[in-house]
Amino acid sequence: MKAGNNVEDSRIKTGSRIEDNRIEKIQASMHTTTFSPVDASFFSPLMNTGKGFYLFIGILISIVGFAVYAFYTQLQNGLIVTGLREPIFWGLYMSNFVFFIGISHAGTLISAILRIAQAEWRRPIVRMAESITVMAIMVGALFPIIDMGHPERIVNVFLLGRIQSPIVWDLLSIGTYLTGSLIYLYLPLIPDIAEARDKLTDVSRIKKWVYKKLSLGWTGSERQKKRLHRGTTLMAIIIVPVAVSVHTVVSWAFAMNLRVGWHTALFGPYFVGGAIYSGIGAIIIAMFIFRKVYHLENYIKYVHFKNLALLLLTLNIVMIYFTINEFLVGYYGGELLELTWITLFYQGTYMLPYFAYLALGLLFPAIIVAYPKTRTINGIVFAAIIVVFSMWLERFLIIVPTLATPIMPYPEGFYAPSWVEWAVTAGAFAAFILLYSLFTKFFPIISRYEIKEGEELAQANKEKN
Amino acid sequence: MIKISNNHSRRKFVKGAIATGAVLILGGIVSNQASAKLPITRLREAPGGPLPARYVMVLDLDECIGCGKCTSACTTHHFVPDAQEWIKVFKVKEEEQEHYFVRPCQQCQNPPCVNVCPVGASFKREDGVVLIDHTICIGCRMCMAACPFHARYFNWEEPEHSPEELDHKYSPEAPWPHQKGTPDKCDFCVDELEEGNIAPCAKACPTGTIYHGDRYQDVVKSSLKTVTLSEMLEKRHAKRFKEDLGTEPNVYYLFEGGKMVE
Repeated sequence: MKAGNNVEDSRIKTGSRIEDNRIEKIQASMHTTTFSPVDASFFSPLMNTGKGFYLFIGILISIVGFAVYAFYTQLQNGLIVTGLREPIFWGLYMSNFVFFIGISHAGTLISAILRIAQAEWRRPIVRMAESITVMAIMVGALFPIIDMGHPERIVNVFLLGRIQSPIVWDLLSIGTYLTGSLIYLYLPLIPDIAEARDKLTDVSRIKKWVYKKLSLGWTGSERQKKRLHRGTTLMAIIIVPVAVSVHTVVSWAFAMNLRVGWHTALFGPYFVGGAIYSGIGAIIIAMFIFRKVYHLENYIKYVHFKNLALLLLTLNIVMIYFTINEFLVGYYGGELLELTWITLFYQGTYMLPYFAYLALGLLFPAIIVAYPKTRTINGIVFAAIIVVFSMWLERFLIIVPTLATPIMPYPEGFYAPSWVEWAVTAGAFAAFILLYSLFTKFFPIISRYEIKEGEELAQANKEKN
Repeated sequence: MIKISNNHSRRKFVKGAIATGAVLILGGIVSNQASAKLPITRLREAPGGPLPARYVMVLDLDECIGCGKCTSACTTHHFVPDAQEWIKVFKVKEEEQEHYFVRPCQQCQNPPCVNVCPVGASFKREDGVVLIDHTICIGCRMCMAACPFHARYFNWEEPEHSPEELDHKYSPEAPWPHQKGTPDKCDFCVDELEEGNIAPCAKACPTGTIYHGDRYQDVVKSSLKTVTLSEMLEKRHAKRFKEDLGTEPNVYYLFEGGKMVE
């Protein structure tokens, strides 16, 4: 199915209206008209980089640099540079750990589950989702190391690791998940890399070399396609239980301790639900940004936002359900220590972040998505933003109030993060965005191969009927 | 799709299923046996060979006057960094009466801190004493999350070292010089116990609140007297703190009043 150079072909091919001047703009930016408009949308980011991008990357690198400096002061002086003290010895770093590993569930949900469910609408957005997973795990997995008193002794966990320890479970499950997600991202990427290898002649030598090596000699033969399909399907099936286990295991690092608010059977499901919830929010935001910045309106349409928004609403209801379970059961039982802990949220120190979470994380997104009037693209993206923000708050609220609740005759614990912790947090977000942005400069953010696969499937089905 | 259309394929499938089942069962048996040998707590021998000892402490809260001399003695003996109190005295107000609650490390027989340690830096000896190996600790503070008694303190920065502290060979049994980025806690003064003495905290106590000794010898000593452990525990209706958590502390409390701790 070769695409022609004129607008008519494109319209037929993609089934949507392309503004004429937009095509011309894209083609002009690529300094060539040998690319079809379709090719242009996919490969334009790989070939053209404006000054704005370099400025953006520069800002991100400076934030990361400042974070590295902050961490350096921590290495020199010890964790005293943070706000952590007894009894609140885990704070922002562990919150970020849980948050980023949670966001990483974006890819699994969209890609693997929707692939297994054969939901065709997933095709344009799978790569965005899968790459979020890989970036989020890489950033998130740094945080336990940043939090350690002796980060240089991380090798001890490999050499002396005790299988009885939840930290070692974290290492095993996150390691497996990272490996699996990388494979799962890479496999459907191979045909697109091969296309870049063949079509992009006007790029840097590094890029050319990368494309050549990573395309693994893909020629698009039937045999290769069959293998790819089998491999991807297998990975999709494997990665779902792995992903569920990852966040369950992360929750167990808290739940295995005899602490009020942590030692509850609810923690595994609660963490997984929260992870999928925040992950969907992250994809929606990524979708919106890339659609705008790379002019992908032909591929990412309202239906994608709507379907993800409805998934978001489903998980929202699940989170409300979990929240009711947690607090109603605790309150009704009236156990003294549990009441002390609950009071911290409803009347005490953590009232503001907690009610912010309830409103911005649970109530408003539900309303915005439930009503068709507010379920516009902008409305959905706004809902996603407040969801992701509130879930970050929620990760903080999972960790700190439990540690603040006295289990000996101490007064309530106090914790205020220091500039070092904020700097490292900002650096982590900047690093995540940086990695993601660089990824889109090397590889097409829309999976061309999967869209082609979908079109071939649709064609085959049409011919059958 | 696998079309099992003839006996040959079906036979192959059944063979494969049986083989898989056999491997799984065999694997289960082997790993069961292997894990039975793996103790939850990694025990180490006390230096000088295995000691037939099980060290315990008894705290007679009826006698405690809250002077804090135990804490001072411990701090001096171990060069404990500022802001850490390995044996801590809490003032407990209950209705009209005030009493004191003394909390050393409970030296649990089923120590949560040892269970969760990723590298085995938190370990239990054959004589029941729970110690920290500061040379392999990674400072993740998982042990602090696990301890229900707030017995552990973290060295958030490099502690101030006196010359005497630095002029000492580190060992988990006598854990100084202290290390930034690792936790510290009461170590039951095993070095004193092995010589037949009692811990400095017990020695310093003016009212004989702290008894220290060996369950196997059924003898505990305070600064004022020596008693038979089992008799005292029974006569005074000894109890353990947070018994219902199942950590099996080796520290007993004698208290005729109501609640030990708020």
